[in-house]
Amino acid sequence: MVGQRLVSSLLSRCLYASHRTLNPLMRQERKLGLATRISQRFSTLTAIEDPVTPPVEVNYTKLLINGQFVDAASGKTFPTLDPRTGEVIAHVAEGDSVDIDCAVKAARKAFDEGPWPKMTAYERSRILFKFADLIDEHNDELAALESWDNGKPFEQSAKEEVPLLSRVIRYYAGWADKIHGLIVPGDGARHVQVLREPIGVVGQIVPWNFPLLMFSWKVGPALACGNTVVLKPAEQTPLTALYAAKLLHEAGLPDGVLNVVAGFGPTAGSALAGHMEVDKIAFTGSTGAGKIIQELAAKSNLKSVTLELGGKSPFIVMDDADVDQAVELAHSALFHNQGQCCCAGSRTFVHERVYDEFVEKAKARALKRVVGDPFKQGVEQGPQIDEEQFSKILGYIKSGIDSGATLVAGGARAGNKGFYIQPTVFSDVKDEMTIAQEEIFGPVQTILKFKNLNEVIQRANASPYGLAAGVFTNNLNTANTLMRALRVGTVWINCYNLLDAAIPFGGYKMSGIGREKGMDSLNSYLQVKAVITPIENHSWL
Amino acid sequence: MAENGNGSVKEGFKMPEIKYTKLFINGEFVDAASGKEFETRDPRTGDVIVNVAEADKVDVDLAVKAAREAFDHGPWPRMSGYERGRILHKYADLIEQHIEELAALDGIDAGKLFEFGKAVDIPGAVRMLRYYASAADKIHGETLKLTTAHQGYTLKEPIGVVGVIIPWNFPSMMFFLKVSPALAAGCTVVVKPAEQTPLSALFYAKLAKEAGIPDGALNVVNGFGPTAGAALTSHMDVDNISFTGSPEIGSVIMQSAATSNLKTVSLELGGKSPMIIFDDANLDMAVGLASAAVFFNKGEICVAGSRVYVQDGIYDEFVKKVIECAKGWVVGDPFDPKVNMGPQVDKVQYERVLKYIEYGKRDGATLLTGGKPCGDKGYYIEPTIFADVKEDMKIAQDEIFGPVMSLIKFKTIEEAIERANCTKYGLAAGILTNDINIANRVSRSVRAGTVWINCYFVFDADAPFGGYKMSGFGRDQGMNAIEKYLQVKSVITPIYNSPWL
Repeated sequence: MVGQRLVSSLLSRCLYASHRTLNPLMRQERKLGLATRISQRFSTLTAIEDPVTPPVEVNYTKLLINGQFVDAASGKTFPTLDPRTGEVIAHVAEGDSVDIDCAVKAARKAFDEGPWPKMTAYERSRILFKFADLIDEHNDELAALESWDNGKPFEQSAKEEVPLLSRVIRYYAGWADKIHGLIVPGDGARHVQVLREPIGVVGQIVPWNFPLLMFSWKVGPALACGNTVVLKPAEQTPLTALYAAKLLHEAGLPDGVLNVVAGFGPTAGSALAGHMEVDKIAFTGSTGAGKIIQELAAKSNLKSVTLELGGKSPFIVMDDADVDQAVELAHSALFHNQGQCCCAGSRTFVHERVYDEFVEKAKARALKRVVGDPFKQGVEQGPQIDEEQFSKILGYIKSGIDSGATLVAGGARAGNKGFYIQPTVFSDVKDEMTIAQEEIFGPVQTILKFKNLNEVIQRANASPYGLAAGVFTNNLNTANTLMRALRVGTVWINCYNLLDAAIPFGGYKMSGIGREKGMDSLNSYLQVKAVITPIENHSWL
Repeated sequence: MAENGNGSVKEGFKMPEIKYTKLFINGEFVDAASGKEFETRDPRTGDVIVNVAEADKVDVDLAVKAAREAFDHGPWPRMSGYERGRILHKYADLIEQHIEELAALDGIDAGKLFEFGKAVDIPGAVRMLRYYASAADKIHGETLKLTTAHQGYTLKEPIGVVGVIIPWNFPSMMFFLKVSPALAAGCTVVVKPAEQTPLSALFYAKLAKEAGIPDGALNVVNGFGPTAGAALTSHMDVDNISFTGSPEIGSVIMQSAATSNLKTVSLELGGKSPMIIFDDANLDMAVGLASAAVFFNKGEICVAGSRVYVQDGIYDEFVKKVIECAKGWVVGDPFDPKVNMGPQVDKVQYERVLKYIEYGKRDGATLLTGGKPCGDKGYYIEPTIFADVKEDMKIAQDEIFGPVMSLIKFKTIEEAIERANCTKYGLAAGILTNDINIANRVSRSVRAGTVWINCYFVFDADAPFGGYKMSGFGRDQGMNAIEKYLQVKSVITPIYNSPWL
């Protein structure tokens, strides 16, 4: 289903990108396609001027191992870039397998000898609550750093994501003292207890699209359960994980409990996923990299794996829908975070009775979308994360045009500096087109027409992915039918992208294994031990 | 008996200023509608500390009306569990800032050890509050597996207005044992503290407001059982009543609920909990735990291990050591850090305990130590131990609620189980043994809500607590406690063309 070329491109997004040079093939495509220039007429972009200076300093650029900021053993560093300009923000220590070994050793010691898993759950929760308070205190610094490194609108970071970070941490802080095993009935005279123990040293590899949120989804439950962690942030966005980890130590986290090793997938990431002393690996990123990680786990010590991978999530607009509302929701379902969401509503299925009106209005909405410097107020869309993603998305836009989809808005880069792309809308998209099958991970909405419920169910499910779906209808029976029929981990009915702390999130099919957030996530970070002993002269069974 | 301090009032301790003495209704401190007041006394001296407003039916009506309004139309049940949790965490922070003052209030009002209050009671109350603060966003309904093509799920909804009536022995812990899960669930609450100990409850009301708990969501009405308590339990607009106290009053409350609106009831009542010590137990540990189990908090604790069963192989040795241990308990002013045991809470309790000591002697139990008041002022009683106690004696049957241990010798496990269960109560039990088979067998056989093995009084926010038999029903603490304050609603609707059922 996924073309060979694009597999390598997807892989490079998370695990295998070691250079920020363009894929030569992609460069060629851009030259040939001319899609950029052709579609300039659709652009209503805010001019992208000189970048605003982010109101934050970069103070943490080393590896955090055993409570200390240290250089990489090799002394190597790599640049982390400002997506607005492609310029260097800072040089960050580049961890490889030697550093991963050090970090795992520290985590192992902190787990095996304590104090973290040996202290009471209440004490652990108090430290995590303190951490959440510190996040709140440093909300704007974290948000500025996040937006600088990632390119997402500062308002989104400051008002949504950093508050959600402390919220998720508080959620799991509150779980720490409520982790219950069951006392289960035996078939005979025995007493059976089920202990839920921390699993041990956890490796976590997080992506660049929501660096802090993904940090909280991973670190929150792992620490609440009493595990120790080695976390590899994405090489595109290492800065906020280092900052947050520093705050966590300030809150009283013992040394070695959380180690942060910035670095690249093929070196640091592989070392972590294949490490014999790591008991569990959790990964969010591309499906291709997810497969490699599971393979590394299988080949090393059979560590348990959770994967939260890609998606091509359907957003289904039924004929009873208020079209204006549907357009707005479908728009944000796709364009939020520059389209760089694993759960982006990237296949917009619209009922034929409202299709034409929907396309017109979706176009108008996309043309109105404010693209610009993420530090400017009112900006809805910043630059894509890096040149590689930027080129890949432009490649997909070209593929859409070439395959006969109708380009109704956007279709080119925005401005002439950095990695900005115009909000792009395709109509008349067919299921077999590449843009309807592959995860674009950019601001490209693809609108497909359907006739009836059974048809849309079948088409929506005809995807290797199964992460999420949006359903837009006021008909209770339609909503209930779709809710059960869609083979996805999250169904949003008349809403989208609601990712509350208590709501489990994860994928069917090739969108992954396991769930994050909610109670379900605790299961990923706990071992289950059954303890059986006979009872003599029992008074009941 | 230790010579230092018995029955004397320690000089030099700065009494806390009493700031709150009115009723707390709808976010305001108000006088009773009748203008009446009652005295709350210092059990060390029997002197009046202060007069507080005395609520009766009219005031309870006002408080319930405020709670009803806050529930039916107010923000409390309508905000997210996370927001409620944040406010409750703030509330806990505020209490933490006033630990000393609150421990002192419980000290003068209930005769509780000041140092213990600072180290255990108030931090314990804070811990309870934090537990439920972070439980507020963890209340889950379930989706259901129905027999037909229907989609079903349960909603766990806050039950509504909760009436809380709490005792005087742990004024702070009891307040938060009930109030925290009720508030976390989204209920609104009317609390009647014990008439002996209203002071800390009023302070908590004030801090609740400061933390941002909306007006009407938490109300405190000081008063007496037959007036304020009865008005609350029989109120037609109260949806649940949660009570901790004596079995006699528990029965009255349940009747009152039955004859009014069938409100749901949970009762945490008395106990006559057995401490069962087997031959293989570590003797010193057994002596220490058995003494603490009944003398702690002057025996004024529902889970007191007041019947101590000792296996015959170690009985004589145990008796010798436990007498010595009891004599080492220092009785005196609860504000003196050297003191282990303060005065009984009031004259009524004091006289009741002395009366039971007389019953013990009358019925033929052997008084091994204690048995007398100490000091010439206040309500101090010596740690008292009776041996040769039989299950049919009054001191083995009734809850004395004082520092009186009943010692009983036993031979076999079977006998211990049978005799331990020979009570109308079933609140707790202690087992002292290192034999895993004995521990497992006795844990399952004793009909009590909590079993402590090689420990005692290990209360925990996460460990459900409550009674079998006439010790009550329903559980406080743990996630079980939240269930008391929730309604369960099943929602069912047809489902068409479902790919699975």
